Amino acid sequence: MRLRMPQWFYQLASPRWFYEFSGKLLPWFIAAAIILLSVGSVWGLMFAPADYQQGNSFRIIYVHVPASILAQSCYMLMAVAGAIGLIWKMKMAHVMAQSCAAFGASIAIVSLATGAIWGKPTWGAWWVWDARLTSMLVLLFLYVGVIALRGAFENAQSADKAAAVLSLVGLVNIPIIKYSVEWWNTLHQPATFTVTEKPAMPPEMWIPLLIMVLGFYCFFSVILMQRARLEVLQREMKTSWVQALIKSL
Amino acid sequence: MTPKRKKRLIIILSIVLGSSLIVGLVMYSLNQNINLFYSASQIANGEAPVGTRIRVGGMVVDGSVKRASDSLRVSFALTDYEKQVNVVFTGILPDLFREGQGIIAQGKMDENGIFQAIEVLAKHDENYMPPEIAETMKAKQEAMK
Repeated sequence: MRLRMPQWFYQLASPRWFYEFSGKLLPWFIAAAIILLSVGSVWGLMFAPADYQQGNSFRIIYVHVPASILAQSCYMLMAVAGAIGLIWKMKMAHVMAQSCAAFGASIAIVSLATGAIWGKPTWGAWWVWDARLTSMLVLLFLYVGVIALRGAFENAQSADKAAAVLSLVGLVNIPIIKYSVEWWNTLHQPATFTVTEKPAMPPEMWIPLLIMVLGFYCFFSVILMQRARLEVLQREMKTSWVQALIKSL
Repeated sequence: MTPKRKKRLIIILSIVLGSSLIVGLVMYSLNQNINLFYSASQIANGEAPVGTRIRVGGMVVDGSVKRASDSLRVSFALTDYEKQVNVVFTGILPDLFREGQGIIAQGKMDENGIFQAIEVLAKHDENYMPPEIAETMKAKQEAMK
């Protein structure tokens, strides 16, 4: 069986093509991120109604939830990019995976920190070793592990391979985070938003949250592209197109 | 896909499935230890160990909260809508603690079957609403009674 992948899949594999294409996309994503994040944060922090039990402290949701979603999406992207890199021996995929790791670690820290700040007034504890919180901490450790493992190799190819395998092994943690609140008794509440039921939150609360989530994704895309572009230039330093690009500056 | 790539795909799939299987089995065997708390029924049925520190979770029964006038001692009952557990706690309760609220208490069962709590955490549910809506809903419920 020979499965042909679509044209864009092979185009993406070319570092030069990626560099030029992402250069065109970047301004749009920067604009979208600035607009969405400013609208979402002003709306969420100032105009959305307070919660009937938690009062204003619930507003941390507008940072905590997008950060937590992104920390998991970023991990999945890193693992899938790693798998593509391993299977098709595609340099660009490894560049993407490498660019994901540092951002993912930072956003996982944001998620854990905002959760702790919210937990103290709401639950009465900064930290509890329940399944949701612990699996999220494991996610942070996985990110740190991937970064450290990559740093431990001199040879870029072995580093790419090792990091990709570790991120694939860690992929099992993602469904554990997602379902931890259903499989076990946890202090963390179950999901407010599910695919099958309508949200347990009125629209004037979840619309700004949705805007924040989209804004976080745009911000993530900007950072990811910037890091990947830099990495492409570093890895392709000796090629003629990078030399020409540097001369033209 | 070339045979070589296909082979690599199979290796990767087996790594992912294999690690999931291992983690799944470990978690299955640790199942009870991963649960943060015991429910009131589990305690009433004697599934929770006596004399060691455990957590119990449930809803605070309406009208069960009694505060001592001369100390921070509070007693209340927890329910999972099947069985009840009586809890005694001395200390400051979290802001969200109220009747009908889900909470988790850490402590020990004493000989009289009363749970001596050393820490009480409020459990928040997944529902959020503005105060005005909460009030109208409450008024409607009162009217229906």
